Amino acid sequence: MIEVVNVNKTFHSKQILFDISARFEAGQTNLIIGQSGHGKTVLLKSIVGLHTIDSGQIIYGNEVFSAMDFKEQRNIRKEIGMLFQGSALFDSLSVEENVRFPLDMFSDMCNEEKLDRVNFCLNRVNLENVNKLYPSEISGGMQKRVAIARAIALNPKYLFCDEPNSGLDPKTAIVIDNLIYEITKEYGITTIINTHDMNSVMAIGEKIIYIHQGKKLWEGDKEDIFTATEQSLNDFVFASELFKRIKQKS
Amino acid sequence: MGLLFHLGRYALFLKRVFARPEKCKILIKQIFREAEKLGTNSIGIVAIISVFMGAVITLQTAYNIEMPFIPKYTVGLAARDSILLEFSSTIVSLILAGKGGSNIASEIGSMRVTEQIDAIEIMGINSSGYLILPKVLGLVFMMPFLVILSMGIGITGGWLAGSLSGVVSSVDFIYGIRYAFQPFYITYSLVKASVFAFLIATISSYHGYYVEGGSLEVGIASTKAVVVSSIQILLFNLLLTQLLLA
Ligand SMILES: Nc1ncnc2c1ncn2[C@@H]1O[C@H](COP(=O)(O)OP(=O)(O)O)[C@@H](O)[C@H]1O
Ligand SMILES: [Mg+2]
Repeated sequence: MIEVVNVNKTFHSKQILFDISARFEAGQTNLIIGQSGHGKTVLLKSIVGLHTIDSGQIIYGNEVFSAMDFKEQRNIRKEIGMLFQGSALFDSLSVEENVRFPLDMFSDMCNEEKLDRVNFCLNRVNLENVNKLYPSEISGGMQKRVAIARAIALNPKYLFCDEPNSGLDPKTAIVIDNLIYEITKEYGITTIINTHDMNSVMAIGEKIIYIHQGKKLWEGDKEDIFTATEQSLNDFVFASELFKRIKQKS
Repeated sequence: MGLLFHLGRYALFLKRVFARPEKCKILIKQIFREAEKLGTNSIGIVAIISVFMGAVITLQTAYNIEMPFIPKYTVGLAARDSILLEFSSTIVSLILAGKGGSNIASEIGSMRVTEQIDAIEIMGINSSGYLILPKVLGLVFMMPFLVILSMGIGITGGWLAGSLSGVVSSVDFIYGIRYAFQPFYITYSLVKASVFAFLIATISSYHGYYVEGGSLEVGIASTKAVVVSSIQILLFNLLLTQLLLA
């Protein structure tokens, strides 16, 4: 379980996040939705400690993460897996070495065990025969899957995904969404996903919070979202013709 | 932004670069990789520039001291001293500032803008230590070899130019380069070069590490890295010369 309490964040005297509070439960896919540029990535990176917050608290389980120094945070960070928007694979390392990287840094496994674990993770994301390829030699969807494999290598308790299906075709996007959903359920991970994609919301949105101009304006599940009264949320949800028609029918 | 801001941030950056490394085995492997990338791969350019530099210094010296009462071996002596004391260390460093510096800044910079640094940081790894310490140690380790190589090739270039053009005979030149030889000159040069290597690696990494934006900014950072390291090399050259030789 992760809890965010009254978080504020400012960059160069421009406030990006305003007093955000939310609770993200374990074993479910928690979505942060909103338009581009409204602070989703900043919120996610604040939760994982890549940005230091101005005020408020970030709580993992019952530990106040935001009050810890880098050394203390390390113990929690080892339980975090993160999928970045552009995959962020190390381009000087092969697919296998990328997934192995966290194992090399933090596990006491021998080489054989590491290789087994790497292959297990790559299998889990349905990748085969790509071990020796480099990130530049595989497709965007495959890169995302390698990044997921790297993120789950150390059996994380927490998984963060920043726009996991941006830049992917709709079919591949669904594959990635489902993969994240399945992994969340399988291992009871606390998963937080940033997205502006309504298809993802409908497919895997268990708990949803809506961010607009750095403020949390709404929270609920994917059923409530169609009956929400918040105007900017409606504009966001029904921006596409498809969802407008769905609304008219219901 | 101000000079003080950069100096302060650079100091804090260095503190993290030299924090205790995660795993020594990995560090050592990385140092060798960087030494190869930044050092061995520059041998060609260092050799070419050194041979021409040595040749030109010899010819210049020979034409400038063409007087009956100055013995011919002086040409060898003067060429040797300029190469050992000044040219090899400074020129090799400036070459590496251009070649290695831009390489380092663009590599680290693109890792920053593609969130690869965040990916390292999120695992609880000190990204500056992990990425930059091997570069600094690799370059500082390789620099003395490159400088000694440059010295050897430079003097050989001088000897070739002198004897082929007939300006100074092979015997005179060789007598000159052995005359009143001071080993301290080499130590002095290597100390300077090591400091320059440190400056190149840390300044270039610094500029890459703090890139904000996209590939355009990475390019700008890489240019800045070369300019700033070169200026620092010249500045520290002046300081160290005064300190070590005075
Ligand atoms: N490192 C940073 N420094 C300054 N401003 C930033 C930084 N990161 C993000 N911002 C600003 O914060 C705002 C929200 O960005 P972001 O969280 O990336 O939006 P999104 O919802 O698309 O993920 C934007 O206006 C962006 O310019
Ligand atoms: Mg974003």
